[in-house]
Amino acid sequence: MRKVCISGVGITKFGELWSRSYRELIVEAGLRALEDAELPGESIECLYMASMGPGMWVSQEHAGPMIAEQTGLTSIPVVRVESGCASGALALHQAFIDVASGKHDIVVVGGVEKMTDVGAKEAGSIINTMLDYEWESIFGATLPALYAMMARKHMHDYGTTREQMAEVAVKNHYNGSLNPIAHFGRKISVDQVLSSPLLADPLRMLDCAPMSDGSAALVLTSKGDVEIIACEMASSTLALHSREDITTMDCVVGSSKKAYKRAGINPSDVDIAELHDYCTIGEIIESEDLGFFEKGKGGKKVAEGVTSLNGSLPINTSGGLKSRGHPIGATGVAQVAEIYDQLIGRAGERQIELLDYGLCCGVGGSGGSAVVSIFRRR
Amino acid sequence: MASIVSYGSYIPRFRVEGGEISRVWGRDLRVGVMTKAIPGPDEDTITMATESARNCLRSVDLDLGKVRALYIGSESHPYAVKPSGTVVAEALGITPDLYMADLEFACKAGSTAIIICSSQVDSGLIEYGLAIGADKAQSSTVDELEFATGSGAASFLIGKKGIVDIESMKSYTTDTPDFWRRDVQKYPSHGGRFTGEPAYFRHVTECAELLMSTMGTEAKDFKYAVFHQPNLKFPSSVGKKLGFKEEQLRPGLLVPEIGNAYAASSLLGLTAALDASEPGDRVLLVSYGSGAGSDAFQLYVNDEIVKFREVKNSRGIRNTSSYIEEKEVLDYSIYAKYSGRYRI
Repeated sequence: MRKVCISGVGITKFGELWSRSYRELIVEAGLRALEDAELPGESIECLYMASMGPGMWVSQEHAGPMIAEQTGLTSIPVVRVESGCASGALALHQAFIDVASGKHDIVVVGGVEKMTDVGAKEAGSIINTMLDYEWESIFGATLPALYAMMARKHMHDYGTTREQMAEVAVKNHYNGSLNPIAHFGRKISVDQVLSSPLLADPLRMLDCAPMSDGSAALVLTSKGDVEIIACEMASSTLALHSREDITTMDCVVGSSKKAYKRAGINPSDVDIAELHDYCTIGEIIESEDLGFFEKGKGGKKVAEGVTSLNGSLPINTSGGLKSRGHPIGATGVAQVAEIYDQLIGRAGERQIELLDYGLCCGVGGSGGSAVVSIFRRR
Repeated sequence: MASIVSYGSYIPRFRVEGGEISRVWGRDLRVGVMTKAIPGPDEDTITMATESARNCLRSVDLDLGKVRALYIGSESHPYAVKPSGTVVAEALGITPDLYMADLEFACKAGSTAIIICSSQVDSGLIEYGLAIGADKAQSSTVDELEFATGSGAASFLIGKKGIVDIESMKSYTTDTPDFWRRDVQKYPSHGGRFTGEPAYFRHVTECAELLMSTMGTEAKDFKYAVFHQPNLKFPSSVGKKLGFKEEQLRPGLLVPEIGNAYAASSLLGLTAALDASEPGDRVLLVSYGSGAGSDAFQLYVNDEIVKFREVKNSRGIRNTSSYIEEKEVLDYSIYAKYSGRYRI
């Protein structure tokens, strides 16, 4: 396989962007990525665009040609990719294969979602479409409710505490306060998390990612500052009840094992990671499933500061989904943009020193799909 | 510019507590509204408008034939086609030599009625005009709005010389669809969080700043400020953002006791602030109507308010606080009946 590198990234502000449209956001992120890569638009040979559900969020399916028209890229393949919350991560996976195979030399990966054009009830229904309809959402389950069950079981089996989960949100908000594009750039305390409105016991509002608008884009080439040394995907059962153990995500375990093997590194080699903290318990479970920590110890490690900016393995320096925001299709791409900025040393106040390897983990829904990517500074 | 010659208020005496609504539905969506005012079974926008207008007109000695305009702003005109104002005008005895229209601009139609009356007075077309904001505020069941909506009416008689001088007024209007009710809908829909920053906060803040920058005034120049009050948080936050202190907002902040009376909301707040004012005080009023727009007024309370208050008291005309204090708390079932929530 040919080497695949990132040569530029672009990202918009994340948040409730009332005055910005779906199409404006993706164009802005794409242009920024091209400027960053110092490449002209006509050099792009293929575009992979992640968007979880534009037909539901902004009544626009067949989004590929719409983006092609907006960007003036009507003569190249434009492919929309969807895998729930892992859509952006999967778009990277497809683009990685494309460049690695030698089919195209310059490929753009974009991710976008515009989630605030619908009301809260409708938004909840749209997010529920990522669940197993016949076995979960039809009976009233929601994504936070499924994560709440995972949290309860994790607390029961491993003694993970409510406060440890709150520490994930506190850490990520602190990191987000240093990220100019973050949806919520404010610091919060454990007490604020624990006193925020209850969503699905034991999870509270400040345990869960917001609904955001935003877009992110990457330029992949065979030469660049940061090499993608692995990008692997795996799936689990869509419905939670079909899993052997709901305190683990088989898709994360499976995709990370393949990724470490392909990259030729161990979990302990990873210096920095962006994980999928749709709910705080998600980051804890993934940090264990990725092999960073022994099963059941993820919460303790967060509370000890191991995953903080000054810890030995900083996780979600961008603020994560919780603070940076979660425009679903853009999330997996934004994770990579953060790792890129960290590896080339331009992450500003969030910069971590002496980095070699970065990892991104994108998760779809409650763990139905996952993509794990590993990056190396060149 | 024109002046407020008299004003009158009306708030129905029935209340339901937010906790009672929460008890029935098992959800607590309270937004700082402790009790909300509920019209009785024989009350609506027309009757409440009439009550407030009678209080307004009875507070001054005036040949009613000189009242040549009547505008009622409301979201709950009982008829889609057939004016509320004609009934009110007949009840007040000010027909037929009258400019009259029902107005709709969500919660700011009442303040817009003041602008129209004031303009007609200033132009010399009329000597006196009556501007009314009245609403029996609609809200769908188990929505945030059910916990917040109230009812009431406020009337203002506008003329050349009065008790409160309108020193300046401004309007700020954009197409911002944050809250709406189509002809066939019984209850309004709203855009959730969209009703905040790009809607209420933008319009109220910009309109207030436009007015104050034009007049060269700032928060400290006003004794009181009254903002549209859909909940407790919005007017409190916008007041703070504009530099007003809590004591400047408190007299006109009625939403915890009566809820959001839509087109009467900020106007009832103004009646309460004027009840508390002394000669020489300045009052800022900023309304907000979804869709969206704001009207802002810089008002100056002159010496005549002392005499006005004496006459009003001598005639036993109730002020706003007396309506707030007199209340009968209903349980959910009677409230639901009075609010037309049962289909029979």
